[in-house]
Amino acid sequence: MTAALETIELPLPRRSRFRAATPAVYFLALIVIALMLGPVLYIIIGGFRSNSQITVDPAGWPKPWVFTNYIDVLTGGSFWPLVFNSTVVAVATTVGVVVLGLMASYVLARYNFRGRGALYAVFAAGLMFPITVAITPLYIVVRDLGLINSLPGVFLPQIAFALPTTIIILVPFLRAIPDEIQEAAFIDGCGRLGFFWRMVIPLAVPGVITVGILAFIGSWNSYLLPLYLLNDNATFTLPLGVQAFSSQYSVDTAKVLAFTSLSMIPALVFFSLFERRIVGGLTGAVKG
Amino acid sequence: MSIRETPKTDDRPSTDLAQRTGGGDITPPPPAPPRPGRPGLGWSGRLEVALLVGPALLFFVGFVIFPVVMAGYYGFFNWHGYGPATDFIGLKNYVTILTDPDFQEALGHNAFIVVMSLVIQGPIALLLALLLNRKMRGQSLIRVLIFVPYVIAEVVVGTGFSLMLATNGALNGALDDLGLSRLTREWLSDPSIAIWTLIAILTWKYVGFAVILFLAGLQGIPDELYEAAAIDGASYWQIQRRITVPLLGPTFRIWAFLSIIGALQLFDLVYIIWGQYVAPVAGTSTMATYMVANGRNAGNFGYGNAVAVVIFVISLIVALVYQRFVLRRDTAGALTERTAR
Repeated sequence: MTAALETIELPLPRRSRFRAATPAVYFLALIVIALMLGPVLYIIIGGFRSNSQITVDPAGWPKPWVFTNYIDVLTGGSFWPLVFNSTVVAVATTVGVVVLGLMASYVLARYNFRGRGALYAVFAAGLMFPITVAITPLYIVVRDLGLINSLPGVFLPQIAFALPTTIIILVPFLRAIPDEIQEAAFIDGCGRLGFFWRMVIPLAVPGVITVGILAFIGSWNSYLLPLYLLNDNATFTLPLGVQAFSSQYSVDTAKVLAFTSLSMIPALVFFSLFERRIVGGLTGAVKG
Repeated sequence: MSIRETPKTDDRPSTDLAQRTGGGDITPPPPAPPRPGRPGLGWSGRLEVALLVGPALLFFVGFVIFPVVMAGYYGFFNWHGYGPATDFIGLKNYVTILTDPDFQEALGHNAFIVVMSLVIQGPIALLLALLLNRKMRGQSLIRVLIFVPYVIAEVVVGTGFSLMLATNGALNGALDDLGLSRLTREWLSDPSIAIWTLIAILTWKYVGFAVILFLAGLQGIPDELYEAAAIDGASYWQIQRRITVPLLGPTFRIWAFLSIIGALQLFDLVYIIWGQYVAPVAGTSTMATYMVANGRNAGNFGYGNAVAVVIFVISLIVALVYQRFVLRRDTAGALTERTAR
């Protein structure tokens, strides 16, 4: 059908939609990029200045470039434990969300049983309960479990709160696996669990990656939950560490900037590695 | 047959995400396709269901549903977080909250942020999406860069901006350097400016998300419409106004919904930049910072829970009203399903 349409398609330029960019458009795009990146660059470059430079000219360029701020942070005792804690929490959250979410989504997508719609609705309703609403009693639940000031105390609730989004993304994804594949697997003597293990998991990898990235970045950046649950410096994650550092060294602006920019590197690296999945994923297949 | 479709197979999940982000989060699942010839689940099938869904359900009920229900319960008590809650005070917490001028101000700030986020981010994001929907060099790079602020942690954004906007921070410094000293302001502490500063920061942080959603929506508009309009001699802006904007409606309404709910729950940035004591003075406090300041930080957990319930009820009412009157024409949403049918 598409082919038929294309044969009669007029050789019209598609300028109506993709009007070629004029210099003005490029100029506008440059301004937008400058505005978006300016604050980020300010943080990164500010870390290469000394405090006296910052005091004399707050908006200046490093002159000369100072590397001691970054070296001090990297060799000091406080940065790496924070990275370690954040990594543990983010990895555990991601693994937990993917495993539990995939199992539940498989059932919701491919089993027929009474109450399935209700079960899905329960998970979907979770979107209406952001962590802000539940945080106070959640603190009490975690405290009663004896998990205050421990990393599981943070990632176990995070897994629970990431489940609604995960299930909502994965269910239609798993439902799209053609029935023929399932029937072929059954004929070959595969049970439903065998089908899940041998066919669904490999086929779901792209969806799992999308869901995993969202969970990882969400966990890496999360603030409110660790703020409530972690009071001990030894268990701080990076966001709490950045805040503690910036109030502890509030006079040492340059070092705070260095610390802050180092703490955003992991999220930025992770984002740029999978940027096609996130941006491309949200924009769909871009014909440009 | 579908030559165009084939190379996109890899992007299937992505497309799914686009649709889901667009509308899925409040739409019920499509009814399962009937599977002819499949017998109902036997005992083993039910066991599988229990084993596979059980863990997720346990987590979800334990850490999401149960605390939310408990918030409703504790809200009726004067309770400081230790031992069982015994001092039942009925609706007193709620009366205190609703009559507290601090809370009313915070609610006002939330309302202002909701409106301003829509009014400012919406048009900017639409223009940027139209801009980025053109053929140009470095297009994919620009798309990524616009998304960067959205990926950076709120704490990083907050720390960076509070240094940059301080009295002797980089912004005032740059204005001095440019000879515009009379434009320098107390960006964070002047109560007549602070909320606008907050809105500017929010725009910077979240406009990228709107742009990406709108770009996704633009992909869904069929080329044929543009071609037909071009044949009829419509100009670029006429086409955008008569075709793009109306057809982007559903995407726009979903984005607005997410934006409203996000603005009502706003916490991180305000708490990091202004803190619990400065925010009310600078005029940037929100319901959530009020909750943390007067609940946990004051050791008054019963009261904090009551504030959480108030935030939840306000969000829910807004969500229901929005679904009833705005989203109704797009989807019969999960929340209004029963009343709508």
